[in-house]
Amino acid sequence: MAGKVLMRGTHVLGEAAIRAGCRAYFGYPITPQNELPEYMASAFDKLDKAIFVQAESEIAAINMVIGASVAGARVMTSSSSPGISLKQEGISYLAGMELPAVVINMMRGGPGLGNIAPAQGDYFQATKGGGHGDYRIIVLAPAYGQEIADMTREAFDLADRYRTPVMILGDGMMGQMMEPVIFPEPIEPASLPKKDWVLDGCKGRPSRIIHSLWLDPPLEEELNWRLARKYEMISSEISDQEMYLVDDAEMVVTAYGTAARIAKGGVGRAREMGLKVGLFRPKTLWPFPSRTLAALSRNLEKILVFEMSTGQMVEDVRLAVEGRCDVSFYGRPGGVVSTPEEIARVISSTYHQMESGVHRASHSHGASQCRAAT
Amino acid sequence: MKKIFTRPKSLKDTPFHYCPGCGHSIIHRLVAEVIDELNIRERTIGVPPAGCAVLAYNYFDVDMAEAPHGRAAAVATGIKRVLPDRIVFTYQGDGDIAAIGTAEIIHAANRGERITAIFVNNAVYGMTGGQMAPTTILGQVTTTSPGGRVSLRDGNPLDLSLMLGLAAGSVYIERTSVSSPKGILRTKKAIRKAFEVQLDDKGFSLVEILSPCPTNWKMNPTEAVHWIDETMVKFFPPQVIKDVA
Amino acid sequence: MKGRIEIDRERCKGCGLCIAVCPKKQIEISDRLNTKGYYPASFQEESVKDAEIVKCTGCALCAVTCPDVAIEVYRQAKDESKNHKDESKEE
Repeated sequence: MAGKVLMRGTHVLGEAAIRAGCRAYFGYPITPQNELPEYMASAFDKLDKAIFVQAESEIAAINMVIGASVAGARVMTSSSSPGISLKQEGISYLAGMELPAVVINMMRGGPGLGNIAPAQGDYFQATKGGGHGDYRIIVLAPAYGQEIADMTREAFDLADRYRTPVMILGDGMMGQMMEPVIFPEPIEPASLPKKDWVLDGCKGRPSRIIHSLWLDPPLEEELNWRLARKYEMISSEISDQEMYLVDDAEMVVTAYGTAARIAKGGVGRAREMGLKVGLFRPKTLWPFPSRTLAALSRNLEKILVFEMSTGQMVEDVRLAVEGRCDVSFYGRPGGVVSTPEEIARVISSTYHQMESGVHRASHSHGASQCRAAT
Repeated sequence: MKKIFTRPKSLKDTPFHYCPGCGHSIIHRLVAEVIDELNIRERTIGVPPAGCAVLAYNYFDVDMAEAPHGRAAAVATGIKRVLPDRIVFTYQGDGDIAAIGTAEIIHAANRGERITAIFVNNAVYGMTGGQMAPTTILGQVTTTSPGGRVSLRDGNPLDLSLMLGLAAGSVYIERTSVSSPKGILRTKKAIRKAFEVQLDDKGFSLVEILSPCPTNWKMNPTEAVHWIDETMVKFFPPQVIKDVA
Repeated sequence: MKGRIEIDRERCKGCGLCIAVCPKKQIEISDRLNTKGYYPASFQEESVKDAEIVKCTGCALCAVTCPDVAIEVYRQAKDESKNHKDESKEE
């Protein structure tokens, strides 16, 4: 298809992956991402040498991903929150074995079985490990249909470039929303650069091993530092954000994904009321755009973090800001989707408290993050 | 005199770390001999288990990729689907394949994945010190069944190979043992046949091999092989379970 | 038919399986430790020069059963052998 198409997020993920040269997909049914394995099954039926397997579990699927990656393929799996929990061991192995792969999480309400409505409760899981061991994964957070398409292409490139798993963190709402998208030109898998580390049989070369077991602690330490240096390099090269109306802002709302779209609507309404508010939207959650946010915070009175959770990214915001300005939080967990009007009210109330010198203490609610700010 | 027996080429020179009298070492050699005879070393990719044989890649001179515990069949599926003309085998212990990996091996067999599974059955979790495994036989003392396995608390020994024989995608399933030279030679024949099933692109193949674990059975190697022949085979009789090759 | 085996005493772990299967009982445990701390198996006819009294037939059962691939087996070819029956074993 050429030009602009109207497509729902889950299908955009599939189409973009195929155009990025992905010919191996392993999945399992779980709402709200079922349309993606369905899209891949249907599309791969018509493609040459394209592998679709509906695995017996999300665990089996991530392990098939390990196998396909070891064999050199551009490979993807997808799931939603509880299924991503199942994949954590596999993701840790992918990181430790330095294997490229793309993992899609369309978040839903949780913890436990939760519900099938959109939420952002997996930020910690995605960015702070989730699996065991000293590793990180690249986490991209699209907010628009077009971004889903662009970031999916980028995810495969980043995974190959850095030999590391890349996660696209979406949610149930953006998965279902239909938006106009222009896809990039498709890549032929055969035209991708050959990987010189894959396991394809030791013809004409010594046999290779791909593993993450290093029984000798100094060797394991060497791997850990090698990974740490890789992650530092990634951090300095790819962190990204959108900044909207921040130049003269006194307060900035920070949000990602669907929450950011809602917040943008809230910011627009607040501006209409004459409030000097802006939006900072991280596009990479790991590496988190700390430096940019830190620089921005020097000129701000307040940052209001809005998440569809009880507060996870807010901790990274506080870390980046390092006390330069006040940070407060508003959250709606459980799959509840706020409206821009609601966020505008929260912005307005927070803004006016800021102006009258009433600073909401960061730890006023003890261990739990503050919730409504009405 | 002519040398008539020597180390197979597909086995590296590295001395085995396995215990004296361990079946792994014998089975490694047999798999390597088969790879040599079929001349497939350069297109073979192996997936070792978590278990005593986790370091199998130090011994087999073929490409090998680690898998998380129990998931070798899924990793092998991924490799074989992407590289269908390579020979892909898994090498798994009884805990790896019949406890945590049960779903993966059954579904690989069910899908008729063109992989070959080498299932080393020593009725315990060896590497972790001799805990009860799915194939521990009733009455057998292990570190987590100190009074002997009882079916009420611990369930019964699981005959995974029999279950796999029911899967439509299984083409060749045989159980053998390395408790005697005769058994060893029979095992080698079975391994060879299993690899040939994959070479002929017919379907899923598996060889279950009863294997001595003197250390965790608390016997010397000679007693261990006798225990297989006298006791273990009562629960796991060596036989061809399925052959539609 | 005569045969001979060579046991790599550093690789051998003294498990004793070869001793149990040797039909001619020509292997026994050495009383000298190897560097790994095992008492390895040792071929009784290692230093026998006279081919007439050698009992080993090169049946290779020991090597087949040896877990550590510590044994290499040599066997007289057909024309060397004084026996007319040629037992060629499958390796």
